Amino acid sequence: MNTLGPSPHPFEVSATADPGYHNSLPLLHEIAHALRLLRLKGTTTTLDLSAIPFGPGDERLLLECLGRGEVSAKLEALGDSHIWESAYPGVWVIEHRNSCGERIAFQVEITRLPSILETRLEDIEEGLLALQRALANLQTDKSV
Amino acid sequence: MADLTTGTLGDTLRRNGVSRRGFLKFCTATASMMALPPSMVPVLAAALDNAQRPSVIWLSFQECTGCTESLTRSHTPTLESLIFDHISLDYHHTLQVASGHAAEAAREAAMQASAGKYLLVVDGSIPLGNPGFSTIAGVSNLQILEETAAGAAAVIAMGSCAAFGGLPKADPNPTGAVAVRDIVTDKPVINVSGCPPIPVVITGVLAHYLTFGTLPELDQYSRPKAFYGTSIHDRCYRRPFYDKGLFANTFDDEGAKKGWCLYKLGCKGPMTYNACATVKWNEGTSWPVESGHGCLGCSQPDFWDAGGFYNALSIPVGDISRTASYAVAAGVALGAAAAGINRKTKTEANRQHSTVTVDDLEKTS
Ligand code: SF4
Ligand code: SF4
Repeated sequence: MNTLGPSPHPFEVSATADPGYHNSLPLLHEIAHALRLLRLKGTTTTLDLSAIPFGPGDERLLLECLGRGEVSAKLEALGDSHIWESAYPGVWVIEHRNSCGERIAFQVEITRLPSILETRLEDIEEGLLALQRALANLQTDKSV
Repeated sequence: MADLTTGTLGDTLRRNGVSRRGFLKFCTATASMMALPPSMVPVLAAALDNAQRPSVIWLSFQECTGCTESLTRSHTPTLESLIFDHISLDYHHTLQVASGHAAEAAREAAMQASAGKYLLVVDGSIPLGNPGFSTIAGVSNLQILEETAAGAAAVIAMGSCAAFGGLPKADPNPTGAVAVRDIVTDKPVINVSGCPPIPVVITGVLAHYLTFGTLPELDQYSRPKAFYGTSIHDRCYRRPFYDKGLFANTFDDEGAKKGWCLYKLGCKGPMTYNACATVKWNEGTSWPVESGHGCLGCSQPDFWDAGGFYNALSIPVGDISRTASYAVAAGVALGAAAAGINRKTKTEANRQHSTVTVDDLEKTS
């Protein structure tokens, strides 16, 4: 038996939680459907949570149900963004905030790796040039 | 500060030191703001990168400045400031530094420099009763609108006053207020209604024009479908209670405490089209129905004259319970029925309408 696996899923915790207005439940089904698609066809799905009519308690319930997995990242560009994998591998939560700390986008991405975390080719090219320059400077310093 | 007078939006962002990940984040938030599906982010990114810098002239007529307040107090300053850094807001008499002749000269210069290409934004209604009711630099609102609209690529009527006449047009409409669309008939006019409109809707429409150079798809009232395509009622989280016939009867009864439907307390959600139920207000904190008050219908034409805010869809108080039980039984037919009832109420209001002259105003003031 494979003993390596994700941490226990937190759904049991939320079974007793206040169901709010139940709008998070259809969303959880949609996430499960998208995860199935990712597994079978490799299709990624992004859900824009700001387009969902949440009632009081719905967002809390959704996040409780999703829980947190072992990966989390912080992006510092135009304000902080927090990205974490839920307790269900392949289901990521992405929260973008502006420089005043206010939320400007809130998404669930069902993917192997959220696209915002991937390094762009242009950045790699610029990074390579910068590293080569830094190495050249180091060599010049050494030879002095 | 970087020179922002030339180049594309991509140039502006790069000059502001925005990284590629930052740009993607900006596009994600903008797509969300424009109510575009997340799958559109790459298309949006390409379009935004190349978006040119449009000239915008903003005229304010019979208004309360609430629409400008809504916009400038919107809670996504990074996004707005990037968009507003990029557009050239050449005339806005509340926000601009110049005043008097210098301000009017700026408007005329922008009209000449960008003839046929500038975007005209209007807030407030236009009084036709007497030119003196509302003027700018001694020129009537009607005249300024006609001459400024002539060279515009498109006109955005911001707020319910510009879109439908709004509060100034409320019965008995003492100034003879009309909407922008009543005057400007030979240009595309996009109505961004609401009293005030949701800030993100304002910037979403501007971002759409900025990105694609076109106006978004519009509904029968010339409003962008992305934000006004579904009713408040259809996206309301209290809808399951409406469907089960569970209503609050007073603002402090058990039903109200349990968060039941506010229909009987006058909620106009079933006949109101706006994005409040999803976008919400104050940084997504809440919206009227979530705070326990029915929707007033502020984004619909003549909402001020639709009976009473606390009457169930314009029905006299005595009829509320009968109307509610009818509504539960009739389900989807409610919207049409309510509109019919509303028309009846308006016809009665029109019958009582009497024209108010300047002399009358002087007599009563
Ligand atoms: S009537 Fe109002 S409170 Fe009730 S479901 Fe419709 S929008 Fe929500
Ligand atoms: S809930 Fe209704 S009245 Fe309130 S802002 Fe939205 S559309 Fe206007």
